[in-house]
Amino acid sequence: MKKKGIVLPLVVWCVMTLITLLPIWWLFVVSMRTRVQLFGRPSLLLDGFYWGNYVEVLENEEFRFYLWNSIIVATSNCLIVTVLAFLATFALSRYKLAGEDSLFFWLITNRMAPAAVFLLPLFLLYTQVFRLGDFQLFDTRIGLILLYCVFNLPFAIWLLKGIMDGIPKELDEAAMIDGASTFQVLTRVVMPLAKPGLAVTAILTWMFAWNEYLFAATLTSVEARTITTGLAEFVTVTGTNWGELAALSMLTLAPALIFLGFVQRHIVAGLTFGAVKE
Amino acid sequence: MRSPVTGWLFLAPTILVLTVFGFVPFIYVAFVGFFDWNPFAANPDLVFAGVNNYRRLVFDNQFLRSIGLTLQFTFWVVLSQLIIGYLLAQLFMRDFPLKGLFRTIHTLPLLVAPIAVGAAWRLLCVPGLGPLPYYLNRWFGIDFRLGSFEHQAFITTVVMDIWHWTPLVTLTLLAGLSAMPKEPFESAQVDGANRWQIFWHIMLPLLKPVLITTTFIRLMDALRTVDEVWMLTGGGPGTATRYIGLHIWRVVFPQTDYGYGAAMSLMTLYLTIMLCWFLYVGLVARKPRAS
Repeated sequence: MKKKGIVLPLVVWCVMTLITLLPIWWLFVVSMRTRVQLFGRPSLLLDGFYWGNYVEVLENEEFRFYLWNSIIVATSNCLIVTVLAFLATFALSRYKLAGEDSLFFWLITNRMAPAAVFLLPLFLLYTQVFRLGDFQLFDTRIGLILLYCVFNLPFAIWLLKGIMDGIPKELDEAAMIDGASTFQVLTRVVMPLAKPGLAVTAILTWMFAWNEYLFAATLTSVEARTITTGLAEFVTVTGTNWGELAALSMLTLAPALIFLGFVQRHIVAGLTFGAVKE
Repeated sequence: MRSPVTGWLFLAPTILVLTVFGFVPFIYVAFVGFFDWNPFAANPDLVFAGVNNYRRLVFDNQFLRSIGLTLQFTFWVVLSQLIIGYLLAQLFMRDFPLKGLFRTIHTLPLLVAPIAVGAAWRLLCVPGLGPLPYYLNRWFGIDFRLGSFEHQAFITTVVMDIWHWTPLVTLTLLAGLSAMPKEPFESAQVDGANRWQIFWHIMLPLLKPVLITTTFIRLMDALRTVDEVWMLTGGGPGTATRYIGLHIWRVVFPQTDYGYGAAMSLMTLYLTIMLCWFLYVGLVARKPRAS
């Protein structure tokens, strides 16, 4: 192929990078300003570090509680999903099961459903149907954790299936001949080899659970609110406290900034369901 | 050693969770859609209503308007993203310094919580604070107020979505381009085809599988957009950006008219599937013309 200059791509990508970073940079700039500094000519330059907004947000007990809920929900969901997907893909790749292709397809389709369609039935099920005595799933962390499995499990299963199929079966057969139990094969042979894949799966699952808003807003009211719902409430309740809104937004997107480097190679496969491989 | 029972035992928890929280709600919404049910009305019980809820839907102007807006939004968003994403992917095919860094930064919007994306764009657009209204007014004399002008609100949601999801298109198309064989292009050049002919007769057919997958993924995601738009405009001004997800979530559902809400949810799902199916038939399943 013909070699073309590097000027055009460089210029375009510099501009694209500026566009990509602008909204996030603006959040950061606003979060670093006092109320007085916010008005007048909107300067895109940082005019000093002012941590007051972050202090306000983190001193607010409610937001601390939301952050805590988000951390618990995302982490539990990530652990459950990774373990279940690990077991499920092991079964799908190592055992001959009747109808496993249709099963795999069904597992994957769970992700395709538009969230808004399932809000109402889930709300009704959580408040009216799934209950034991006084216990209902509505407004509980466990309710959210289980629900997030519906859209995270398919993705995790897909991602791990490829990795599991790539681990040679001869390895676990050899271990079995040496007298290892199925459990030992899983933990001693397969797991160490699948570790990088498990890590990527866990991080992406965690991110998706952390980012989720619609279900969290609908299926919780007080006890299990997450940081994303806190952010949305913030706009409607306080209206104009932009500095703190920006600080809270920065806290919400901080994990994305932290994990970006680790998962950027895999996020496309994750979001397109392996339909597109890199 | 490898008894299928053990295999099913490993799969059981996954199947259980997905059945209870994925499949049951689907059956349940179909069931409730055939009833009149409002727990806060005079009669709080479920009353069988047949297809009444669906009959109401067909004449519900707000519902139809939401569907129309959603389709417009989806059309512009997917089209722009395919074009911009393709051009950017082509640029990534060349070698230039700092490519990895540009690529990483380009991926960032995909990981950011949609709700935070909405918040960021809202801060960009708030009159008296954000740079967007200020500079649009100063440089182009545009009176930019999201809360007042329907067109501006609509366009801003489209631009925000382009910002958020173009990277996905770029990266999928880049994957498609990288996997492409070089020979057809070289022989076409030798045969004297011009750039347009190469694009139309070689590039597009080769890229088609990836292009179609990308289109469907973006289509389904765009149809269900809620979070960002809710943060940016709240569905307003008026109903200008009240896409179908927002409509079900903020309008129908809080009215506690559950039977009707269920019917609308199911209808939305049905329309989504039908739209995808028609596109699939049009794009993929069409038999090659005999030539």
